[in-house]
Amino acid sequence: MKERLKQAPPKIPDEAKLSWKKGHGDHPLDRYLKEGRIPHIWCPGCGIGIAFTAFIKALEKAEFDQDKTVVVSGIGCSGRAAGYLNLDTYHTTHGRAIPFATGLKLAKPELKTVVFSGDGDLFAIGGNHIIHAARRNVDMTVICINNFNYGMTGGQGGPTTPVEARTTTTPYGCAEHPFNLIYLAKAAGAAYVARWTALHTHELRDSIVEAMSKTGFSFVEVITPCPTGYARRNRLGTGLEIMRFYKENSYITDILEPEDTALLFKGKIAVGKFVDIEKPTFMEMYREYIVQQAENSG
Amino acid sequence: MKSNTVITGTHFITGDDACAEGGIAAGCTFFAGYPITPATEVAERMSKRLPQVGGVYVQMEDELASMAAVIGASSAGARAMTSTSGPGFSLMMENIGLAVMLEVPCVIVNIMRGGPSTGLPTLVGQQDVMQARWGSHGDYEIIALSPSSPQESFELTVDAFNLADIYRVPVIILSDEIIGHMTEKVTISETEKIKIVHRKNPACGPENFVPFFPDEDGVPPMALAGDGYHVHATGLTHDEHGYPVITADAQERLVQRLVNKIRKNEEKIVRTEEYYLDDAEVIIISYGCSARTSLDVVETAHGKGMKVGFLRLITIWPFPETKIRGLASRKNVKAFVVAEINHGQVVYEVERCAAGEAETVLAGFMGGRIFEPDELYKVVQEIAN
Ligand SMILES: Cc1ncc(C[n+]2csc(CCOP(=O)(O)OP(=O)(O)O)c2C)c(N)n1
Ligand code: SF4
Ligand SMILES: [Mg+2]
Repeated sequence: MKERLKQAPPKIPDEAKLSWKKGHGDHPLDRYLKEGRIPHIWCPGCGIGIAFTAFIKALEKAEFDQDKTVVVSGIGCSGRAAGYLNLDTYHTTHGRAIPFATGLKLAKPELKTVVFSGDGDLFAIGGNHIIHAARRNVDMTVICINNFNYGMTGGQGGPTTPVEARTTTTPYGCAEHPFNLIYLAKAAGAAYVARWTALHTHELRDSIVEAMSKTGFSFVEVITPCPTGYARRNRLGTGLEIMRFYKENSYITDILEPEDTALLFKGKIAVGKFVDIEKPTFMEMYREYIVQQAENSG
Repeated sequence: MKSNTVITGTHFITGDDACAEGGIAAGCTFFAGYPITPATEVAERMSKRLPQVGGVYVQMEDELASMAAVIGASSAGARAMTSTSGPGFSLMMENIGLAVMLEVPCVIVNIMRGGPSTGLPTLVGQQDVMQARWGSHGDYEIIALSPSSPQESFELTVDAFNLADIYRVPVIILSDEIIGHMTEKVTISETEKIKIVHRKNPACGPENFVPFFPDEDGVPPMALAGDGYHVHATGLTHDEHGYPVITADAQERLVQRLVNKIRKNEEKIVRTEEYYLDDAEVIIISYGCSARTSLDVVETAHGKGMKVGFLRLITIWPFPETKIRGLASRKNVKAFVVAEINHGQVVYEVERCAAGEAETVLAGFMGGRIFEPDELYKVVQEIAN
């Protein structure tokens, strides 16, 4: 064993390098991808890659500093995003991306901190953390891939699965009320809340720029197709057909109250920006109030 | 950073407060925790001290989050810690495993109380010793230190930060309700005299840096978030680049190293304290608050001319295996008596190391109180005869 560890570190396999170079070598967004990590694990027609691309296009458009932007993911198909990015990235435990990111941000406030993860990760097992990070107004951006199910584990029902929808664990149709993530994020105290679908690539990119530029807790929900899990069991068709569905059934609004944006099974999808307010962040309050008091009393 | 960082001087404080001051003296600048008896005072003191020294205190929503935040903060370069007791320690297990896998230094203070479950919130126990070692799933090694006084709570917390950084591993302070709530004299030396050892930084630029490729000691240098190294860290089994590799080979390579970087350095890490071992026929082994009563018993027995010695474990994990094997193989040593407040935890490790060369007996006490010297003396007397 010791001998083996003395050997030079394994190089990135040539095949991997080759496929990266061949397929993507000259792409302008290449500098945002970690060398040798493509191809990714996502299924054909999956929407995560679209949201991922919107994110790196946001990095490009706003010229966010790659050395100072960190991405934290939980566990799930969406959570694999962290591993492909040419930034400091952390693939943590199921549900804990937000508290991990909280530690990163509070310890090094100059970091632009982004959490990229799935609906189950962020709102089931991690549900407690997202509401508290929003309440504290920790300066971070959460990008939530909402595919209405647990993709990675094979398509089980979760906190966003609409009533009636079939999944591997709701074989008779889901009979629990889902969260409306927009309403929840607002109620918990988020400073910025938006929702887009995988069809709205430009709006999504711009929204991510806006969210990342916002000082405070910002939340962007991305409705994405999961052809392998959710769509197949509900006969929603291929990735392309789901995109057509988004085209016909989504509408951009800036007048709806967050509580009126709930998503029903095969229903209309309200997209747009729903919250954009100013309020002091955790660190601003900490510095301006707590540290001041400590100095005065100390 | 402000000048009142280290409160040099002599103080009359509790073990809990001493852990907090140990953290401050070690340069801890981040604490995330959740209140729980009998560890709350650590968090309370940190909430007061950290804003004075340029650090951040945050009370998280639970211990799952506390542990995750501590790892995040340490990944960004802060010396980070948390404190808890049994029920919270159970919740921290998930992300202690993550810290092991990501090799992120951090310090967890566990002021042990009686369990299982909510158990005895205000009363002593030493029942989390095995949990500290095995509580998170999978195979790993970890470091745990057990203070027997407030002074030692201070000193070991400083050491804990150094060991965490040197080995890139979570270090647990296994204190207990009695030590945590006991008030004694604690002397804190001048800042310059407090030994601080930091984690290794990358020796090269990002182009040539392989984030999980170890040095000779089995420990890779650590690049911090925001330093331009673009490191990927994952809880999945990974190769030296940090990229997930889900194969038996990668598992062997990684987990062997995680285990060996502690095991192979056992002799550097382990610290014990010994009394009257030279001609001892019976050796009491104990730690934490139990060690205080044990010492009293040893002195009494010694006074009566009995050949009773005492080994106090300061390091509990990695287990002082070499030390105890050595003692067991001595001709004069007939038996070990392990005094602890549980139904038997350290005793099994001692038995394993004694390997039949010396008898191993548990003096186990059920928790909720510290045992009387007489209770242990009786056990020792019986064995000695
Ligand atoms: C503590 C824990 N419980 C369960 C799992 C198994 N698990 C892995 S991913 C996942 C669900 C992910 O769903 P979501 O966050 O919606 O991501 P998606 O795969 O849909 O993108 C689950 C339950 C786990 N990894 N850890
Ligand atoms: S299972 Fe669903 S979410 Fe996961 S990669 Fe495949 S399509 Fe995407
Ligand atoms: Mg999902």
